[in-house]
Amino acid sequence: MNNHYLRIAKDGLWDNNIVFAQALALCPLLAVTGTASNGLGMGLASTLVLMLSGGLISLSRTLISPQVRIPIFVLIIAVLVSLVDMFINAWLHDLHKVLGLFIPLIVTNCAILGRAEAFASRNPVLPALFDGLMIGLGFTLALVVLGAAREVLGSGTLFANAALLLGSWATLLEVTLVSDYAGFLLIVLPPGGFLVLGFLLAGKRVLDKRINQFQQRRQVIVTAEEATS
Amino acid sequence: MSIDRQSIAYQALLLGGFATLATVLLVLGNLLTHDTILERHKQDLLDSLNQVIAAELYDNDLLTQSLQIDDKTIYRGTKNGRVTALAWQITAQGYAGEIQALLALNPQGEILGVRVLFHSETPNLGDKVEVAKSDWILAFNGLSLGNPNIDQWKVKKDGGQFDAFTGATITPRAVVKAIKQGLLFFQKYRGQLMHLDKTEAQS
Repeated sequence: MNNHYLRIAKDGLWDNNIVFAQALALCPLLAVTGTASNGLGMGLASTLVLMLSGGLISLSRTLISPQVRIPIFVLIIAVLVSLVDMFINAWLHDLHKVLGLFIPLIVTNCAILGRAEAFASRNPVLPALFDGLMIGLGFTLALVVLGAAREVLGSGTLFANAALLLGSWATLLEVTLVSDYAGFLLIVLPPGGFLVLGFLLAGKRVLDKRINQFQQRRQVIVTAEEATS
Repeated sequence: MSIDRQSIAYQALLLGGFATLATVLLVLGNLLTHDTILERHKQDLLDSLNQVIAAELYDNDLLTQSLQIDDKTIYRGTKNGRVTALAWQITAQGYAGEIQALLALNPQGEILGVRVLFHSETPNLGDKVEVAKSDWILAFNGLSLGNPNIDQWKVKKDGGQFDAFTGATITPRAVVKAIKQGLLFFQKYRGQLMHLDKTEAQS
């Protein structure tokens, strides 16, 4: 059972990462990753919706018939996003001022519908919640990495305005790497998002290949040792 | 009795049921949050008004003593029976839709402050009109229609005196234009804006 959860975690964070492996959810990804802070905010809000929708859809999975499942999933996700938007606006108003623009964008995140279809509708509630959390964190990771890369290249800062999102202690995170940086406009605009994402995707492939080779070599050594002993 | 999941009736009921449930949830959510959200927006408005009108300038309730001219709501600060500050929302056509800002003037028509309340400009480019991202908007403080001259109320690129941002001219151009129109509005309605009813003067 523990193995099962480990598998879900590894899938969500790395092997089956929504962005780096599946190249899904690119619309919100490219729209908000001008800075690392924006990426983090969007990632956390999406994670919340992913968990809630995973849990709810898993709960009602025996009721829902396959023919009408898609409209029902869409309905559940839309209702959740609207409710999250309202609640954050009412009770976490300062956070809403930062995230406000992005929350409705969560609906356009096809990853949520994708997880509902591929995982939540076929698994019990607990694994579905956990899968939502892991996929969400994987998405957050991708958003923050992409946001940080674009922010450093495009504006010469890192985690600018993090204090607006996380509270005043986060000013510690705000770094100006290159003062008096003229900015690299292309990277800040959406095409820059595609460019940086391309390099990141390629980077992940290279990394996976290296890991693979390393493991194969170790396998060879282990079998050789077994043969000699 | 077993339920036939394939039947049209079941599918229809299922969809109808979920749609009803969704409606109920949204209505409940709205009921729960509606008043709080209104309250928060009012607080936001007051906070932004306080950013452009210093607290020592007025001793009345800014939100209740407002004035309606030309579909605009004018918030007025009064002290000792005189109008000491005026603020209203101005709208600029930015690069990506409307930019809403708050403009505050003193009775002489000098700018007390301008703050952008809402915009959809490009992050890291046009959003430098926000005071949180750049102090560009503070350069307007103390200026009025004669200072600089009306034909200088433009960005430098258009022959005026105001800086634009690297890579973004449309946003600052729109904001400068909106502020200029705000100043013209003050000039036009000055009498009405400065006039206090007796009851208002007493309060």
